[in-house]
Amino acid sequence: MADLSTDFAGIKSPNPFWLASGPPTNTAGQVMRAFDCGWGGAVWKTVGEPIINTGSRYGGIDLGSQKLMGFNNIELISDRPIEDNLREIAEVKKRYPKNAVIVSLMVESRRETWHEMVKRTEDSGCDGLELNFGCPHGMSERGMGAAVGQVPEYTAMITEWVREVARTPVIVKLTPNISDITKIAAAAEKGGAHGISLINTINSLMSVDLDTFAPRPTVRGKSSHGGYCGPAVKPIALHMVSACAKRVKIPISGIGGIGTWPDAAEFVALGASSLQVCTAVMHYGFRIVEDLIDGLNDYLDSKGFADLSHLRGRAIENVADWGDLDLNYKIIADIKPDLCIGCHLCYVACEDGAHQCIEEFPIGPSALQLGMFGKTNGDKARVPRIIENECVGCNLCALVCPVHGCITMKHVETGNPIMSWNDRMRHQRQEAGVGQTPSLWESAQ
Amino acid sequence: MRNLPPKLSAEQYEQNFADISPRFTRQQALIEASRCLYCFDAPCTKACPTSIDVPSFIKKITTGNLKGSARVILSANILGESCGRVCPTEVLCEGACVMNGSGEKPIEIGRLQRYAVDYALDHNFRLFAAGKPNGHRVACVGSGPASLACAAELAKLGYGVEIYDRNPMPGGLNTYGIAAYKTRASDSLREVKLVEDLGVKFHQGVEVGKDIALAELEQKFDAIFLAVGLGETWDLNLPGEDLDDVYGALEFIEWTKIERFENIDIGKRVAVIGAGNTAIDCVTAARRLNAETVYLIYRRDKESMPAFQYEYELAQKDGVIFLWNTQPLRILGRGESVLGLECVKTKMVGKGRAARVEIVAGSEFTIEVDMVVKALGQQPAMDLVKSIEGLELKAGHVVVNPQTHQTGNPKYFAGGDCVNGGKEVVDAVAEGMAAARGIHKAVGNRQ
Repeated sequence: MADLSTDFAGIKSPNPFWLASGPPTNTAGQVMRAFDCGWGGAVWKTVGEPIINTGSRYGGIDLGSQKLMGFNNIELISDRPIEDNLREIAEVKKRYPKNAVIVSLMVESRRETWHEMVKRTEDSGCDGLELNFGCPHGMSERGMGAAVGQVPEYTAMITEWVREVARTPVIVKLTPNISDITKIAAAAEKGGAHGISLINTINSLMSVDLDTFAPRPTVRGKSSHGGYCGPAVKPIALHMVSACAKRVKIPISGIGGIGTWPDAAEFVALGASSLQVCTAVMHYGFRIVEDLIDGLNDYLDSKGFADLSHLRGRAIENVADWGDLDLNYKIIADIKPDLCIGCHLCYVACEDGAHQCIEEFPIGPSALQLGMFGKTNGDKARVPRIIENECVGCNLCALVCPVHGCITMKHVETGNPIMSWNDRMRHQRQEAGVGQTPSLWESAQ
Repeated sequence: MRNLPPKLSAEQYEQNFADISPRFTRQQALIEASRCLYCFDAPCTKACPTSIDVPSFIKKITTGNLKGSARVILSANILGESCGRVCPTEVLCEGACVMNGSGEKPIEIGRLQRYAVDYALDHNFRLFAAGKPNGHRVACVGSGPASLACAAELAKLGYGVEIYDRNPMPGGLNTYGIAAYKTRASDSLREVKLVEDLGVKFHQGVEVGKDIALAELEQKFDAIFLAVGLGETWDLNLPGEDLDDVYGALEFIEWTKIERFENIDIGKRVAVIGAGNTAIDCVTAARRLNAETVYLIYRRDKESMPAFQYEYELAQKDGVIFLWNTQPLRILGRGESVLGLECVKTKMVGKGRAARVEIVAGSEFTIEVDMVVKALGQQPAMDLVKSIEGLELKAGHVVVNPQTHQTGNPKYFAGGDCVNGGKEVVDAVAEGMAAARGIHKAVGNRQ
């Protein structure tokens, strides 16, 4: 059994799975039930001056019969009085001393207000603070949340204010609604943050009711942009986590579309030290943590990793600039005829959507007459053929193929040396001689 | 009838004849449609005699475009609703589904098709319009699937089409001849209305050759489409066949389609002779009408049974007793009533289709029954077609050009059971469509 225990900038938890700040961490009752289910920690739903919420608040996007591929919300921070939240936090911490309780905070951007809030909060006995500089909706219009997190100077300054009085570790939660998130990560680090967490939700408008023309989630016929999350945002989060991991030295709490243990392991491999989950719990409940822990544990064991430190950051060095990728690396698609069911999705995808490197097997007037379908006939007449000398190795056919393992990409040895775009450019410059003026872009670099 | 089983309540009969494959709910349809891979150059479409673009209509279900979905189906097959219910999909589209190749359940194409078309029928959408009149007129003889398909297609092209049919209700076997738990007469009539909406004129209760002469049709119309179907059930040629309680299969099925179930007098013990799909319709109907003992009697062995496997399984579930290798010798009766059936055991000599049936000497036995249904298939209906000059017949079936469906007499086209000897609804539709194109080719350019 691998050791999943986690120390995130001094915040200790029995495993890396924390509930992210949100509806699942709104009350002591929820957080205690979550800890009973096995969650390692919880980031309490953002505490601040209580707000008033709308009905409705959440929107979803489905894919086929799969519900909530993406999810959004226009819910604001806690609508409960600060003292109620702090009293409950103290109670939870007393009853669950081994679990991490981090309190998400958001108040007006005024030094004294932050000082007072930090002191009151830490009196509850919490293990750490998470500064919510990320919420994209509602609060940002009032100069809080993402309004702070989109300006490096504000981020650094408020982090400094908090550090002036904080006795527990301070995590800054980052918004993805910015062109370069690493600038904010660096600002947080500069301001003295002990760690960062990302990503917060992405600005979004879920959908439009085509009868009433009300956007969703609808509040008396109107809506507002809300925060997008759920499985669909994971690739965006992975990119941003890896980019921050390369830029800052402080630990990262990974957030964004985590719902399964492979999701979690990928975040860790790209540098995350703890993992925060919200949407998946909103969809399926606290019980999902059982498989998160179980699956991650078995995975670490299978790799011979004694603990998460062996996995952490393992993939970062493989996140390269495009210019450093090997242009001479050749792969081509390979269809396993015995697995092919003859749907021709690879054919049409390649023909219409990619590079015309697959041909349909010629087929007669009626599949029925020829008995040309199904495995029952042992018939392979509908297996398309890869035109190997045309195949560019783009992956599209393998991605659309509905049968697991039917289309794989095989490596073809060309004998050519590794050659990246940057190698080529260097080479060309050498050949052109020293006199050539660099392009505007090259000068800027 | 000498012996009747106890009558059931009307509700109980309705339950017994309830739709065996009920309409999908919206939720079910969405889930099932979402499973479809949206194959390119799809095998299901190739397997459909009417070449319905299956992936396209299923995709439209997933996007909520049910009207468009129905348009895709009905433009290829105006009887898309009943085909969705009665097609042997296991050997057609669903049998060709690529899901079979990965050991998964094929997409329930038939039920999805019915779901989409039902939606359109429920909403009375006018999906198609009659074409601009081109001045040509076509008569269709018979109002079954082949005629309906031919008439609809021609009406869309601007032809004035009139259908002549001897039955009081239109739809042919689609109305009168399909097991009630698959489709009701009212379902068939709903589809007929799609054809009426295109301006096709129906003359019901008019038998061509009797109530109206062919010569008159020839004079009035530019082309005549013959879709007269088949004739009476083949005779057993056995003593006792004339008894009152001996019925033809279609006569019996028709009874369940036009009469209220509680008004049908079924025998307490029923013997159905034959083992085709129609025989299955008869034994299952008999059981559902509360007959206590129902025999299916077939002179060959089980392996030779022409009925589809799932039809056989249906009869098995209904508790039918199968007497394989059994040949009826004589229907026993008193007065007009059937008392029993004298049979003899047979054995198969040789293998496969060429196997001969031999009687096992001394194996005679008698079963007590109150009713006998003959389900030996239908004889060709030759009276009308024989009178047409130049029209060629082969084994009683009308010979046509397989592309145009034109007969030896260029004015006449033909399709459906009278040509193919008795196939599925979808085959009749395909032939009707082909004939419409053939007629258009022959007549359309004439001034």
